[in-house]
Amino acid sequence: MLESKIPSGPIEKKWEKARFDMKLVNPANRRKHTVIIVGSGLAGAAAAASLGQQGYNVDCFSFHDSPRRAHSIAAQGGINAAKNYRNDGDSIFRLFYDTVKGGDFRAREANVYRLAQISVNIIDQCVAQGVPFAREYGGLLDTRSFGGVQVSRTFYARGQTGQQLLLGAYQALEEQIAAGTVRMHTRSEMLDLVVVNGRARGIVTRNLISGAIETHAADVVVLGTGGYGNVFYLSTNAKGSNTTAIWRAHRRGALFGNPCFTQIHPTCIPVSNENQSKLTLMSESLRNDGRVWVPKKQGDTRAPGSIPEDERDYYLERRYPSFGNLVPRDVASRNAKEVCDEGRGVGPGGMGVYLDFADAIKRLTEPVVREKYGNLFDMYEEITGENAYKVPMRIFPAVHYTMGGLWVDYQLMSTIPGLFVAGEANFSDHGANRLGASALMQGLADGYFILPYTLPNYIASSSLEKVDTSHPAFAAAKEEVNQRVSKLVNIRGKRTVDSIHKELGKMMWNNCGMARSEEGLRSNLAQIPELRHEFWNNVNIIGTGEEFNQSLEKAGRVADFLELAELMCLDALQRAESCGGHFRVESQTPDGEALRDDEHFSYASAWEWKGEGNPWELHREPLVFEHVHLAQRSYK
Amino acid sequence: MNLTLKIWRQQDAKSAGKFVTYQVQNVTPDMSFLEMLDLLNEDLQTRGEAPVVFEHDCREGICGSCGFLVNGVAHGGHRGTTVCQLSMRFFKDGDSLTLEPWRAKAFPVLRDLAVDRSAFDRIIQAGGYISAPTGGAPDANAILVPKSDAERAFDAAACIGCGACVAACPNAAAMLFTAAKVTHLNSLPQGQPQRDQRTLDMVATMTEEDFGSCTNHGECEAVCPKEIPIEFIGRMNRDLVHAMLHRRGE
Repeated sequence: MLESKIPSGPIEKKWEKARFDMKLVNPANRRKHTVIIVGSGLAGAAAAASLGQQGYNVDCFSFHDSPRRAHSIAAQGGINAAKNYRNDGDSIFRLFYDTVKGGDFRAREANVYRLAQISVNIIDQCVAQGVPFAREYGGLLDTRSFGGVQVSRTFYARGQTGQQLLLGAYQALEEQIAAGTVRMHTRSEMLDLVVVNGRARGIVTRNLISGAIETHAADVVVLGTGGYGNVFYLSTNAKGSNTTAIWRAHRRGALFGNPCFTQIHPTCIPVSNENQSKLTLMSESLRNDGRVWVPKKQGDTRAPGSIPEDERDYYLERRYPSFGNLVPRDVASRNAKEVCDEGRGVGPGGMGVYLDFADAIKRLTEPVVREKYGNLFDMYEEITGENAYKVPMRIFPAVHYTMGGLWVDYQLMSTIPGLFVAGEANFSDHGANRLGASALMQGLADGYFILPYTLPNYIASSSLEKVDTSHPAFAAAKEEVNQRVSKLVNIRGKRTVDSIHKELGKMMWNNCGMARSEEGLRSNLAQIPELRHEFWNNVNIIGTGEEFNQSLEKAGRVADFLELAELMCLDALQRAESCGGHFRVESQTPDGEALRDDEHFSYASAWEWKGEGNPWELHREPLVFEHVHLAQRSYK
Repeated sequence: MNLTLKIWRQQDAKSAGKFVTYQVQNVTPDMSFLEMLDLLNEDLQTRGEAPVVFEHDCREGICGSCGFLVNGVAHGGHRGTTVCQLSMRFFKDGDSLTLEPWRAKAFPVLRDLAVDRSAFDRIIQAGGYISAPTGGAPDANAILVPKSDAERAFDAAACIGCGACVAACPNAAAMLFTAAKVTHLNSLPQGQPQRDQRTLDMVATMTEEDFGSCTNHGECEAVCPKEIPIEFIGRMNRDLVHAMLHRRGE
């Protein structure tokens, strides 16, 4: 069932070989082929613009009012590329090596190698589009280093790299919209996938203003719909980020890969109140100059400035002398949780650690620190009312990214022929943990440089019969969507969507977050179906399906989270090893570090939906490491 | 704290709207303005009333989705802040606040506080890009950009497309939005080949989309959450004159 389709030959030549083996579509024939792209973030917008430029007939969908709002826009820190402009030992092989190791050996080597190769083209492409990356005085590009690596390969645009890269892709997309090659469907949310004779041939959408349920047919469907971190309710994701597109595709036959692999980012602003609606990330680049510490004593409530140097525990520098504050995200997060669990956390509720810039300001001066991180310090002050130039920031880990997603082969095609998945929405190249500045790289690699090859190859090598929306499969899918909408608005119970979502989030954070145990996961598996039952019998959605109805939009997304959550817990339960950010309490070394179990778990899990009420079936894609030696990670 | 909110309620683009007064209780200073509205909406739904529609997504001031007038000021009037990042610690018990959508002919109201800002996308379509089809780019370091030009381009590119500048302008002009994109792209060496056409086409589209003209009030700069300086409008006007003269062969 799982054919990864990794090309043969040496790893450096695989992508070249694959490109040469691909079938091409004659330029004159391209406009006869319609491509649906759902999502307009880095992966979706880049793919839509690139395929439009090639001459395909593209329909791009976004639930936002403009493609520029996609959540890629919020990425702060930067984008990796193996340019070796710094002459500090970087290379394609090193970026590949760092990514496989950083992902705790749970990613597919061939995909990661390709990602590292393409990384250099991405920077070129973005500069050509006018992305205003940081520059040196001589006019050359500036770079910085990021967590989990020892070279300076991260390109950045102040603390708004995601915004600038997305605007680059968005502008290229708008140019194609003006040229007529791409039709943009804003405020249109995909609610189902249409499969005809085993192939993905279209989607069902809801117009979020009028409520109209519409169908759209194509030769190929691409999902670039982002991650599902909002299953935890509180996360750094935008409020609208959701799993619906990939979940509906999963229910139509696309296998879901590594659903339990989520990333908990170490540097977020701690939760401050019960009504909090989201968590705000402070870019990990802050760890380049900030020093992480907590008091040595438990329950030390003195102000940070009155705690003398020898009573502070710079625990990352102490435990990991060679990487110090720049250990990968998973290690930093787990250590923050540990010191807080020991009662040494700071701030209200004791759920926080200090990120201190006093030494950096002494060494570099305040104006230099301001130039590097000014917008992040401003943002911190807006939210907390504290001036981080004077007192240390308080940070705590928060859900940030999901490495899991729909399983795809080397061509980025899911297990449904004709359904491609790109960016965070696929199960991706990051294994069990994503390194900083690699999400932007992957989204753009998929959109600019992989789909524009693999998608035409699919079109050219399949004999696609003519299908339009008059095919009965479209009417049937549309009817199902209509029934679901009408069921939702007619429950008329007593609870709001948010109240149920918050309850689910707490369950997931407590038992399927940074630390997991068999007991906790089993408890979730018992409770989630009950909460789902509560939702479908007691949620209250005001209004109808035929209007601009934000409660209804949220309800549909939460209904899907309530199903996905169960699969995440099942996946976490079967993976009885600690790996990446997932600390399985039953699997640890004598000194409390995560213990991976390669003998039993060196595979990507891929879950098959077997219909309502039936258990999922687990498939395994074995992971083979020929170039990176499997080893217990050490950042000491 | 407890607050009185007078909120613009409008069923859809075709219906007439009106202000409706609500009380919100138990607001805490560590909430954001939108979390305060979440609280109101939870309460409204529990009472069987339709929640207030407002746009939002990232809630960290970068996606540009949110925005409405608070007591007549776009985003509530705290320098460099979108309404999603506006903290409730700036308000006090008993405050009375009026919330209404962006008011501009080019931004029709869709429902309550949500408006249609698609005219901004059409201004970008007219020339807010550098044509660089995927694949043909030279090595990134082959293009040298003086640091000061790169910094100015970035300052301009920081625009989030929220529409506050239009809402604040007595003429509902989109000059700051358009000038920001023109300045971003026209400041860079990569943007030079299309410089004249870009400026002419974007300015023309701005007018076609029913935005007003600039009469130098400076209200746009005052409310811009990204603090984009009005100086960029001057730069765009200069580029526009330059482009018009060029076109006439001068």
